[in-house]
Amino acid sequence: MTCAELVELVTAFLEGALDPDTERRFIEHLAICDGCETYVDQMRRTVAEVGQVEPESLSDETRDRLLEAFRTFPRE
Amino acid sequence: MGVVLPTDDVLVDGLRAGDEEMFACLLNGWSGSMVRLARSFVSTAASAEEVVQDTWLAVFQGIERFEGRSSLQTWVYRILINIARKRGSAEQRTVPWASLVPDRDPTVDSSRFRGPHDQYPGGWLAFPERWPSTEGEVLANEVRATVAAAIQSLPIRQQVVLTLRDIDGQTADDVCALLDISTANQRVLLHRARAAVRSRLERYFAATGVES
Repeated sequence: MTCAELVELVTAFLEGALDPDTERRFIEHLAICDGCETYVDQMRRTVAEVGQVEPESLSDETRDRLLEAFRTFPRE
Repeated sequence: MGVVLPTDDVLVDGLRAGDEEMFACLLNGWSGSMVRLARSFVSTAASAEEVVQDTWLAVFQGIERFEGRSSLQTWVYRILINIARKRGSAEQRTVPWASLVPDRDPTVDSSRFRGPHDQYPGGWLAFPERWPSTEGEVLANEVRATVAAAIQSLPIRQQVVLTLRDIDGQTADDVCALLDISTANQRVLLHRARAAVRSRLERYFAATGVES
């Protein structure tokens, strides 16, 4: 497995979705390649950073309208 | 994950009872994902907002009938997709998610690797630089802004899958079921999205010149 091949398999690797033979070759490559080890670390870091992003929101008008609709929604 | 919400039981009771504070939390927590999801079916941002609004109105109507066979979030997102699909087909915009042919271009530029005639074809020409930790608050905020901008610039389907997986924390199976796409397509979209955000972060760290 080359570095160029490995970088395309990182998500499948992180999901545990590689077949056993490919996973073995992935891990063997990773063990001897600092560049790919860094790359995989950076993909993990990217996932973590994406998880930190504040969700966007609706426009204030839509938000206010929905809060009002919720407040006045007829409930028994 | 952006916002920590109570369990589904608490959320459902709150929605039924009219708990305004809890509904505001839900709006904050889910609206971003819902807008992105809606945007993948309809043609304008305004239209996507209306889809989200109509979805919540449908949720108020339907919450009495929610039986908890899926998570509340999945249930709400399914309602949204139904509403968005109808509107998208009225706007003649809907591209079925399932029929997408995944883009086969490499996610890391081939100029980063050695050519076919090199002694080590496909090996890194230069290893990626290690990134600094972002413990400082200023740096952490900049990184977050960089990531947010990177997500915004992704193709919409990649944005949706990345948001559902890595911000909302849904499982691959949930996302496939929700969007009616194959496991392989889901993974390709997720991988391309993550790789693009990584690449943006790499450029950001290279430009700031912070040493690890």
